[in-house]
Amino acid sequence: MKLSFTTLAAAILAASPVLADLVVPNMSYRTGPYAANGIPYADGFNDYFTLLNERDGGIGGVRVSVPECETAYNTEKGVECYEALRPQNPLVLNPLSTGITYQLIPRVAVDGITLYTPGYGRTSAKNGSVFEWVFNAPANYWDGASVAIKHILDQEGGDLSGKKIALVYHNSAYGKEPIRTLEELSQKHGFELSLLPVDAPGQEQKSQWLQIRRDQPDYVIMYAWGVMNQVAIQEAVNIRFPMDRFIGIWWSGSENDVRPAGAGADGYKALTFHGVGRDYPLYDDMQQYVFDAGKASGAGDQMGSVLYSRGVYAAVVIAEAIRTAQELAGTPNVNAAQVRDGFEALNITAERMAELGLPDFGQPISLSCENHGGDGLVRLQQWSAGDGQWSLITDFIEPDADILNPLIEADSAAFAQESGITPRCN
Amino acid sequence: MDQLIFAAEVVLNGLMAGVMYALVALGFVLIFKASGVFNYAQGVMALFAALTLVGIQNGQVPFAHLINAAFGTSLHHFGWTVPSVLAILLTAGVMVLLAFLIEKLVLQHLVGQEPIILFMATIGLAYFLEGLGDVMWGADIKTLDVGLPQGISDTVEQVTANWFGYGFFIDRLDIWATVIAALLVAALVAFSQYTKQGRAMRAVADDHQAALSVGISLRFIWVMVWSIAGFVALVAGIMWGTKSGVQFSLSLIALKALPVLMLGGFTSIPGAIVGGLIIGVGEKLFEFAIGPMVGGATENWFAYVLALVFLVFRPQGLFGERIIERV
Repeated sequence: MKLSFTTLAAAILAASPVLADLVVPNMSYRTGPYAANGIPYADGFNDYFTLLNERDGGIGGVRVSVPECETAYNTEKGVECYEALRPQNPLVLNPLSTGITYQLIPRVAVDGITLYTPGYGRTSAKNGSVFEWVFNAPANYWDGASVAIKHILDQEGGDLSGKKIALVYHNSAYGKEPIRTLEELSQKHGFELSLLPVDAPGQEQKSQWLQIRRDQPDYVIMYAWGVMNQVAIQEAVNIRFPMDRFIGIWWSGSENDVRPAGAGADGYKALTFHGVGRDYPLYDDMQQYVFDAGKASGAGDQMGSVLYSRGVYAAVVIAEAIRTAQELAGTPNVNAAQVRDGFEALNITAERMAELGLPDFGQPISLSCENHGGDGLVRLQQWSAGDGQWSLITDFIEPDADILNPLIEADSAAFAQESGITPRCN
Repeated sequence: MDQLIFAAEVVLNGLMAGVMYALVALGFVLIFKASGVFNYAQGVMALFAALTLVGIQNGQVPFAHLINAAFGTSLHHFGWTVPSVLAILLTAGVMVLLAFLIEKLVLQHLVGQEPIILFMATIGLAYFLEGLGDVMWGADIKTLDVGLPQGISDTVEQVTANWFGYGFFIDRLDIWATVIAALLVAALVAFSQYTKQGRAMRAVADDHQAALSVGISLRFIWVMVWSIAGFVALVAGIMWGTKSGVQFSLSLIALKALPVLMLGGFTSIPGAIVGGLIIGVGEKLFEFAIGPMVGGATENWFAYVLALVFLVFRPQGLFGERIIERV
C-alpha cells in the first residue's frame, strides 16, 4: 500500500509542472469545429516557450511550463479548464475565446490571476482602472472597426457621405462587439451602416449575401470565425463582390479562411496587429532550437502561418511581462500578482522587438495602471491567391480615439457599477 | 414590384438550399427506415467521407502524424494525385468497409436492444469517427475540388434580367446539387422497387421478424443500408465541402437536417426531399420578409419552428408512417 501511494505521488509529481517552473497554461482547442484555427495558434504559443527554454534556459533562468488544456472553443469546457489549471498556480491565462473570457473576468479578479486576451475578449477591459486583472493589448475589436473605417476613408479620398457599408457578423458576443463603434462612426462620417448577423456555425449564408447583392454596399466588413469565414468569402466570390472592398477582422484573416475559395479570394483584405510570413530572425532560432531538435508542438507544420504567428506574439508579450515582473520583484520566481504588475509596467519598444528577432512585427506596447490595451494600432494585409500568401499593405494605423475612448469609459463604468468595483489608479 | 421580384429570387435560392438540406436528411431516412435507428453519426459520416475523398485525391498518407511521431519519419504524401472519379469510387469503397465494420463491431452486438441503446451507440460512433478522421487526415481545412462549378449562373442571370429587369442569382453548385440529388433519389427508388436487395430492404423495414422468417439476412441488409447511407453522406460531403472546404464543422450540417426530418417524416425519401424544400424556402422567405424587423439571423430557429408547426397537425411528419395503436 505504501509503495502504491509513493508510486501515485511520484506519478502526480511527474505530471505536474516542477514547483519552481513559471506556469503559463495553453488553453487550446485542437478538436471540434474550430480546431483548424486553434491548432496553429496553440503550436505558436507552445513553440515560443520551448524556444526560450531550449535557447535561454527559460525566462530569467527559470524554465517555463506550459500545461495544455483542451477547451474545444466551448465556454463550459473553458471554465472547467480554468478550474483544473487553478491549483497549478498559473501566472497568466490566454483562453482564446471571447465567450470564455467573459466567464473568467469576474473569477480572475477574485482568484488573482492575470487574463491576457490579445485581440479578443471584452474591449472595455482596456480600462485598467476597472479591469485590474485583464489586459487586451495590443489591439481590440473596436480598434479594428475604427481602423477599417479609416482605411475605407483613405480609399475614398476622406469622404464617406452617402456610402453604404455592411457589417456581416457572427451572431454572438464577439460578432456584436463592433456594432456600437460602427454606429458612432457612421454618424460621424455620414455613411449608411447595415447589419447582417449570421447564426453560428455559419455554413448557410445565402440570405445575407443575396441581400448584399440587392443592396450593393460599397464595402463589407466582416467579424466571423471558423467555417463562417470560408463560406462568406466563397459567397462573396459567387456574387462577384469586389474582394478589395471586403475587409475582415483579424479572426477572419488566416490562410484557412481564403484558400478554399481559390483564385476568387485574390485581393481580400484583413486587419491585423502583427507581421506576416516567416521572414523574421526569431523563426531562424525557432527552426534551430525547436523544429530541428524535434521539439515542435503538434505536427510541426505551422510555422509562419497567420495564426501561428499570433500564438507566438501572445507568448512574446507574456514572456516580456514575466521578465518585467522579475525585474520589478527582484526575483526570477514571480507569482501571479507580480506578473500582473509586470503587465502594467510593460514597455516593449521597437528596439526590443528587433532584439527579440521580430523587427517591425508588432507595434510598441506601453501599458499602465489605466491603460491595459495599448495604443490599438492596426494594419491591413491582403491575400494574393497566386502566391498563396498575405502581404502587409499599410503601416500601423491609429484608431479614432475621439470615438473609442468615451465608449470604453461608458462600458467599463457600467461594468464597475454592476460589479461594485471602485475604479483605482488615482 | 421590386420586392416581388426579389422574393422570387429568394424562393428559388430557398429551393436550392432545401436540396442541400435534403441531401443530408436522406442518409438519416435510409437508416431509420431500414433499422429504426436514428443515426446521430450521419453528419460525421459526411465529414469522414469528404476527408477521405480529399486525402485520396491528394495522395495524402493516412495516419501520417501518428507514423511520423512513432518512427521519426517525415511522411506526408505518396507523391501522386488521384483523378476525382477514381477517388470518389475508392472513397465509396471505404464507406462500404466502414459500414461492414460498424455492423460487425457495433450493431451485431446490439441486436434486439431498445432503439435508445442503438441511438446511444451512434453517438459514440460519431465521436469515434470524428477522432478517427482527425488522426487519419489531420484537422486542417482542405480544399475540395471534384470539378463542380461554383459561382453565379450567367445564363440564369441574363434570362431573368431580360424578363424582369433584374438578374437572379443562382449558384451553379446548387444547380448541380439539384441534378445530383434528383439522380440519387431516382436511383434509390429504382433500387428499392426493382432489385431483389431493394425489396429485401423494404421487407426488413416493414417487419424485421417476418423478413428474418423468410430467410432475409438482417446482417446483410444492415451492411447494405449503412453502405448506401455512407454513399449519400459522401455526396452530401462533396456538396457542402466544395462550398466551405472540408473541415470539422462539416459534421454540424446534421443540424440542418433535423427540422427537415421532423417535417418530412423519418421514414420517407420523398418526405426528406419535400421537407428540405419547404424548410429551405420557408426559412429564406421568413428571413427576407420578417428578418429585418427582428434583427435578422432567423433561419436556424425558424426552421425548427416551421417543423414544429407542421408537427402539430401531422405528428408523424408530412410523409411519415402513421402510428396506430389499438388498446
